[in-house]
Amino acid sequence: MDTPLIRFENVHKAFGDKVVLDGVSLTIPRHAITAIIGKSGTGKSVLVKHAIGLLQPDRGEIFFEDLPYSQMSRKAFRTIKARLSYMFQQNALFDSLTVFENVELPLKERGEGTPRERAARVKEVCAQLDILGALDQFPKALSGGMQKRVALARALITQPELIFFDEPTTGLDPLRKNAVLAMIAQYHARFGFTAVIITHDVPDIFLVAQAVRILDNGQVIFSGSPLELEAQKSEALRPYLDGHGILAEELVGLGSRAAFVEAIRGAQEKPDVWLVVLRLTGLREVRDYRGQVAAFSCLREVVTRLADSPLAPTGLWRVGVETVAMLVAATKTTEQDLIQGLATILASCSTATAVGRLSNRRRLTFVAGAAPLQPHVPPLHQVHALLTSARGIPL
Amino acid sequence: MNQLLLRLGLPALFLLEHLGRYAVFCLHALAQLLQPVRLGRKILEQVAYIGAGSMGIVALVALFTGMVLGLQGYYTLIKFSAEGALGTVVALSLVRELGPVLTAIMVVARAGSSIAAELGIMRISEQIDALVTMDVDPIRYLVTPRLAAALIAFPLLTAIFNTVGILGGYLAARLLSARAGIYFSKIQSTLVLSDITGGFIKAGIFGFLVMSICCYCGYHTHLRQDSAGARGVSASTTSAVVQSCVYVLMADYAITSFLM
Repeated sequence: MDTPLIRFENVHKAFGDKVVLDGVSLTIPRHAITAIIGKSGTGKSVLVKHAIGLLQPDRGEIFFEDLPYSQMSRKAFRTIKARLSYMFQQNALFDSLTVFENVELPLKERGEGTPRERAARVKEVCAQLDILGALDQFPKALSGGMQKRVALARALITQPELIFFDEPTTGLDPLRKNAVLAMIAQYHARFGFTAVIITHDVPDIFLVAQAVRILDNGQVIFSGSPLELEAQKSEALRPYLDGHGILAEELVGLGSRAAFVEAIRGAQEKPDVWLVVLRLTGLREVRDYRGQVAAFSCLREVVTRLADSPLAPTGLWRVGVETVAMLVAATKTTEQDLIQGLATILASCSTATAVGRLSNRRRLTFVAGAAPLQPHVPPLHQVHALLTSARGIPL
Repeated sequence: MNQLLLRLGLPALFLLEHLGRYAVFCLHALAQLLQPVRLGRKILEQVAYIGAGSMGIVALVALFTGMVLGLQGYYTLIKFSAEGALGTVVALSLVRELGPVLTAIMVVARAGSSIAAELGIMRISEQIDALVTMDVDPIRYLVTPRLAAALIAFPLLTAIFNTVGILGGYLAARLLSARAGIYFSKIQSTLVLSDITGGFIKAGIFGFLVMSICCYCGYHTHLRQDSAGARGVSASTTSAVVQSCVYVLMADYAITSFLM
């Protein structure tokens, strides 16, 4: 097993009489997206600020690749810090510098590249995040969402090995929230960095994270994968899981993955129920923020149409970043009819048609699969099997 | 007895802690000057802000200070029939004392307060923390250029203050029908190089004191125990201005005693 990139061991931290971290031990796996979840004020940001050297623990130890922070020389610690990046909850942009200067600053101060090379790099990252038009503006003149993207650009510009995202989607509308999370997932897949996302947007984060750590009252109450968390029955985790199950997916009013697993288990006993899976593929190749927002707009429209369509699905759930699952009573239909029905619905969606037109360039398209619901086969396995044999839908 | 010790001990510990932190802060900032790569442009920008930006107000204050000195000096000296010594009185007062002290106080008011507020806002809005996470030394980035600029700009501003002040004294003297030739010849004959260098030494020390105190107060806004947030920035700015002025006057006395 890989050595974790960062390991917290029995970390304690108090501010005056207020104990914020009470013996926290957790690991941040290498090359994964780890979500640190917890209610407001449970010490998520405080924990992460220890990892980046902004705070020192009262007791306990933090290890970077098994090297303890407390025994590192200043020079060794600076070398490690150069491999990390942090995106602040309130963005922490320099208000007296323009967007360009903000994004360029880490490169400039480290003396990386010539001014021309730095400018090219800044423009490349800013173009991907759709803030190229704001390069000469000051942060205060931008909307909250744009400021977030500037902060994201600044965090990405040095191509760090580990990025901490402190509430990156707070204050964003659902479309933009999904676009930001999808971009983090996409950048993660492209550059292979390790990402730590601090959040309380539980349903959204479960779709992009590979590891979840839950903090409660200054202690870690869960460490595992999102699927392991969804399988937990512990009372202590109930508030998170209930919240997860009850909260409709903000993007499109869909149910969550955990709700899907519950629902499908009930439906497995019924005859003639079909599982239909629809996926927007190629989203990860869309590297610009505007494209991501457009793709999620499309997904939202498709799902809205599906809910009111003649297929009359008994439930719609979001089971992946760009994957939707539904249950359809199949008494009067076949797999071919179902896929044809989906194609008709997609053809009537203006955003889907737009995506279809873009697909040659962007390689964005829909694939769908349908099969009778299998008893005794785990629900997510069935989704996976359908996706591997899914057919493209021409738009 | 325990209560008394507690009352004395806590502020003493607090004071020692601050002095220690201030000393480390200043040494850290000054040590960065030994590695001047990428500092030149920032220092020049700060010289422009602290120095060139303060020239107008310094010259204006100097003009009226010189004129008042000329006026008061003339009416005092005339009682002893010594009005010919007016140039000496004005020049010595300005070059030795008023030039460096009033320049420092004017720069505190114009640039020092704004620097303390700027750093305070950067601190509470996590901009300084952001620099740390980018592996950029915030003291090197924010404090060292300002400190270096103050060491350059204060003596230059003092020179401007002295020149304009002496001209102001002359203007007042002319309005009172004193003779120009005597005014300047007296200055030439009585003002010695040690007066001028002493004034510049003071200006350099005041520059260091003013800028280090203003930067220190703003930079450590988050450590204030009496207030936080916007009120903390306001308190830091006030404390920067008050402390700078008080320490400039205290240092003036100490340096004068040493130079005399």
